[in-house]
Amino acid sequence: MSIHPGTAARRKAPDSHTPDNPAKVRRRSPTRVNPALYLFPLPAVAVVAFFLVMPTLQAFQYAITDWNGFSAAFNYVGVDNFVRAFTKDSLFTNALTNNLKFVLLVVIAQTAFSLVLALLLTKNSRGSILLRALFFFPTILSSVSVAFIWKFIYDPNFGLANSVLRTVGVDGGAYLGNDAQALYWVAVTQVWFHSGQMMVVYIAGLQAIPKELYEAAEMDGASKWQQFKSITWPFVAPATSIVVAYTTVQSFKAFDLILGIAGNPPKAALDILSTRIYSTFANSEFGYAAAQSIIFMAMIALVTWLQRRLLRLTPKGD
Amino acid sequence: MLATLSRRAILAIYAVIIIIPLTVVAFGSFKSTQELFAGPFSLPHSLAPDNFVEVVGGQNLGSSFMNSVIVTGVSVPLTLFVASLAGYAVSRLKGFMSWAIFGFLVLGMAIPAQANMVPLYVLFGRLGLLDNLAGLILANVVSTLPIAVFILGGFMRTLPKELYEASSIDGSGPWKTYASIALPLSAPSIAAAAIFLFVIHWNELLYPLLFIQSPGNRTLPLALLSFQGEFQTNYPLLFAGVILASLPVVVAYVFLQRYFVAGITAGASKG
Repeated sequence: MSIHPGTAARRKAPDSHTPDNPAKVRRRSPTRVNPALYLFPLPAVAVVAFFLVMPTLQAFQYAITDWNGFSAAFNYVGVDNFVRAFTKDSLFTNALTNNLKFVLLVVIAQTAFSLVLALLLTKNSRGSILLRALFFFPTILSSVSVAFIWKFIYDPNFGLANSVLRTVGVDGGAYLGNDAQALYWVAVTQVWFHSGQMMVVYIAGLQAIPKELYEAAEMDGASKWQQFKSITWPFVAPATSIVVAYTTVQSFKAFDLILGIAGNPPKAALDILSTRIYSTFANSEFGYAAAQSIIFMAMIALVTWLQRRLLRLTPKGD
Repeated sequence: MLATLSRRAILAIYAVIIIIPLTVVAFGSFKSTQELFAGPFSLPHSLAPDNFVEVVGGQNLGSSFMNSVIVTGVSVPLTLFVASLAGYAVSRLKGFMSWAIFGFLVLGMAIPAQANMVPLYVLFGRLGLLDNLAGLILANVVSTLPIAVFILGGFMRTLPKELYEASSIDGSGPWKTYASIALPLSAPSIAAAAIFLFVIHWNELLYPLLFIQSPGNRTLPLALLSFQGEFQTNYPLLFAGVILASLPVVVAYVFLQRYFVAGITAGASKG
């Protein structure tokens, strides 16, 4: 971008203002803020306040009631809803366990895999650029579409995975039909879905590493693994924290994918927090669903906080 | 040598894992169920669009498609407009006010839409916004406004202040400066944000699921989801639906790939 208009303005501005406004000379800026400017953010502030912040605060109010969403009468029940979620509702604790397991699986697998892809495609060759575009592609599809594609891959009778296995004489599994494994297979789908997106974040991080560092390490006779450990990994730490944080939130919210692949409502083996909240809500237990939502938000915050601490500790330990 | 070989092997295998399912879906959407199950990888016998005719006409996916076009077509520009106004103000205001407005708007990113479903449903019910497209549009704007402000405001803050000052010295009011300087100069970030919002709004499932009752008001993702129960293993029909739902985004991706990567990564980097 040309800097000429800017420099011209800076030279011109004080001259044009000082004479008629001597009292304001010492202000930091030569121009006063036009009051009309305060009108500009108003629509956004109003929308966020009224439709985002206020409902969230209201969730806290609903959470301490037994409101069913329709009747005018309801009782305040204090922390009963929270106690119920953790001690009396095996559907909820099941969804919570599933969700934490799912997040852990996806975060580890997706971070590692997207870093591998990025390392293999860091150079801007024609082939790399083409493959990046291909690997990124699934990210733009809707979760329901991705769910349908993988429902067919996993179909035990007619599905792709088992057809391929059959040609090499192996009996395939039941995949989503096997309750003990179902969550893992959805995690595979989620990694297929979004690794390309995280790969792009990593490539940006990798390309910012000065090449001279590798050249110097090479001359010192450092192995590829040593180079990775002492140059690449510490340098992509900011990218890693973006990838981990984003993947965490993304996999906490795998609502669409789960509903698409498992149906609505999903079976217990595939129930996660957001689908559980939706089922509770659909069951007209508004107060209880609100309490579950608050636990959900708290979980995301807690896991994100824990990760930040862990990630900060890792480079120091090295 | 070994390293190059294993690099190629990994890349080739993953490319196959992406290409094969997509090809099977594309071919499968022209097949009958028997044909698909007999040979999922084979080319379809005919290109007669029976499945598409069935989903568009028989299953009303045509009207869902139009609903999606309307909702996305309104909510993307509306979000961009409201967000760019706020972003512009934040880039021009100084000190505490700028920081406070930006912080307030961007903080909304920390509230996951799924955690807000109960109170939002109640609020939209009181305002008569359930089961109509206006409600979906508003919900889309609300849920993506913080990230849009983050992308656009973040960019506008990097524009040289002198440009604005030159313009206001010329006697232009803030509106004129916004429209004739801030907006054109922010074109790259607006394009990136537009793509990001397009993908999110087009694929949005939660709000339609929450708000829409009448089949006539369904958007594509919701209509597709309702297929899942009805046509358990009628995969060719599901695939035709998948193709229809993905087509606009895929076409846009082919032509605007650079903006996709920039936009969706900008959305991801919010951290």
